[in-house]
Amino acid sequence: MNTMNMLDKNLDTTTTKITARDVNVYYGDSHAIKDVNVEIDANTVTAFIGPSGCGKSTFLRCINRMNDTIDVCRVRGDILLDGEDIYDKRVDPVQLRAKVGMVFQKPNPFPKSIYDNVSYGPRIHGLSRNKAEMDEIVEKSLRRAAIWEEVKDRLDAPGTGLSGGQQQRLCIARAIATEPEVLLMDEPCSALDPIATAQVEELIDELRANYSVVIVTHSMQQAARVSQKTAFFHLGNLVEFGPTGQIFTNPEDPRTESYITGRIG
Amino acid sequence: MTDFSPSSTPPASVQTSLLTLSDRTKKRNANERRFKAYGIAAISVGLLMLLVLVVTIFGRGTGAFQQTFVTLDVALLESKLDKTGARNIEDIKRVSTFGYAPLVKGAMSAAIEEHGVSTSLKSKQLAGLLSKSAVAQLRAYVLANPQQIGETVEFRFLAQSRVDGYLKGRVSRDSIENDKNISVAQLDVVDALVAAGVIEKSFNLDFILGGDASDQRPEAAGMGVSMLGSFFMMLVVLALALPIGVAASIYLEEFAPKNWITDIIEVNIANLAAVPSIVYGILGLAVFINYMHLPMSAPLVGGLVLTLMTLPTIIISTRAALKAVPPSIRDAALGVGASKMQSVFHHVLPLAAPGILTGTIIGLAQALGETAPLLLIGMVGFIASNAPETLGEGLLSPNSAMPAQIYEWAKRADPAFYERAWGGIIILLLFLVTMNTVAVVLRRRFERRW
Repeated sequence: MNTMNMLDKNLDTTTTKITARDVNVYYGDSHAIKDVNVEIDANTVTAFIGPSGCGKSTFLRCINRMNDTIDVCRVRGDILLDGEDIYDKRVDPVQLRAKVGMVFQKPNPFPKSIYDNVSYGPRIHGLSRNKAEMDEIVEKSLRRAAIWEEVKDRLDAPGTGLSGGQQQRLCIARAIATEPEVLLMDEPCSALDPIATAQVEELIDELRANYSVVIVTHSMQQAARVSQKTAFFHLGNLVEFGPTGQIFTNPEDPRTESYITGRIG
Repeated sequence: MTDFSPSSTPPASVQTSLLTLSDRTKKRNANERRFKAYGIAAISVGLLMLLVLVVTIFGRGTGAFQQTFVTLDVALLESKLDKTGARNIEDIKRVSTFGYAPLVKGAMSAAIEEHGVSTSLKSKQLAGLLSKSAVAQLRAYVLANPQQIGETVEFRFLAQSRVDGYLKGRVSRDSIENDKNISVAQLDVVDALVAAGVIEKSFNLDFILGGDASDQRPEAAGMGVSMLGSFFMMLVVLALALPIGVAASIYLEEFAPKNWITDIIEVNIANLAAVPSIVYGILGLAVFINYMHLPMSAPLVGGLVLTLMTLPTIIISTRAALKAVPPSIRDAALGVGASKMQSVFHHVLPLAAPGILTGTIIGLAQALGETAPLLLIGMVGFIASNAPETLGEGLLSPNSAMPAQIYEWAKRADPAFYERAWGGIIILLLFLVTMNTVAVVLRRRFERRW
């Protein structure tokens, strides 16, 4: 069933996966996100760029309702996933997060074995009936995250004992093990060295075949390398959103141009 | 160069050598040395006090673990104990401890005679060298072994506390001038019997295992029963304070909304940890005894009061342990679609467990050493009880607790009890040191760095 879906998606690359309409986010009295409207396509890597504190991470965390865990945070407006409002009262954020996985800025494997790290999501969602199926899910996830060859002989070793780049790929494997439809990445390479960064970027490009990927990054080069669409945030506003090539070569807004040429931010 | 002079003229460029110290540097170094000296002095004073404390406690307390015993062969005369000769246990029970006194006197006189000690003392005064518990010990033995009547059996009796004190150097011939419990002539006999090996000092297991004894018999008093009282109280504290404390902490730390109500609760918990323990005693008296009519002096009530006292400690340390788990772990769990409760119970709680355990052990140690609240619920005083046999009896029958027992002994007039108080402190300290060591080891072993 999954493969059929994926084929469909591959045929029509312009399917809109996520639609945000007039999204406003407040932290107590501060207005963090102002009237953001954006459409994120399926099977596309969308990059959010902008200076620190511009709200790009906040907006990313709205997409899987991670902001719910912050008491003072209020979200107004609609975010639709496949046409359904994720902030509807009937939506359980836990179910949403199974569909919208997340990789964090700092690699944060559980202090458990590599195997347990990957199998945790499938286990709590009941995705496998027995050990053999679970083994298969773990192997598949680790392979897709391009870390299988490095860890296949030590699945019982603690995940925290891996190097930074390996840990981040383990976290990606953990995120995709639950078969999400959207993968959110919050500066996934900020704690990694250039070699590990290159590996993760390559991985992101491969993941595009199966997922919509939204990546927040501070590095404009990275955005240019991995994404098809780019959104530029500034002071809580979505200043410009369009194909990556256009944003970097021919931005419409002067603020975008200032940022990518290094004059602000 | 960093010296700014108020004048606008540039400082004279004097060639300074790195090998000579400037005045400022010298002053700074002297300050630093002085500060270090203050620190070392403070620590030395602390260590000295600790040394004095330990030396005093052990110097005065170790005596309690030794006791003077008198070994006698007692003829269990049928004519005194079982006149009918039928070995009917009901008849034997009718003979009170008074009936056993002649046997003890006889055994004492026989020993004097056997070892050729010449004395003008009467047999009553000779038997006075033994503890008043000797006849009871004899009677208990006979009731347990009625078939031994008619035989001669060897017994180890406790010597009375003045004799014990004499052997330990607490009592001297000068100090007993006005003492009606013992005379110089009796001490002469003691000297002779010590030489003959009838009276000797040896390790006193009963001090560790036995119960308290009345004012007249300090030599028979022990910590054992009050230790059990403390044990049952700790059971209650552990069974109540750990689950309630951990559940409250998890709710407050992970689930509760942050608003003014939880702020007030938080401030109150912090304040409760500093409330004098006697206040909890009054509360326990009012609520558990006067209102709920739970029995006085019962370890159950003591445990409830100590639970109230320990809860803030456990909640504060558990919350600290939960806070120390990095938020990234919670994010990671939530990010793969775990519910709040799954993230807490699968990831946060196991990581916080060593910290929670450490806090709990320290809370228990604090409760174990607490005396003041026990004063108010009647767990202090002479509680002549035997060791409880069942859990229910242990929780509900009157008992004391280790620190309360120590306090009780320290209050009594006889210096022999004073020695036992110090001995009790040694036992209590051993428990506390053990518990704190376990806490430290747990913390070291499971400490995790992220």
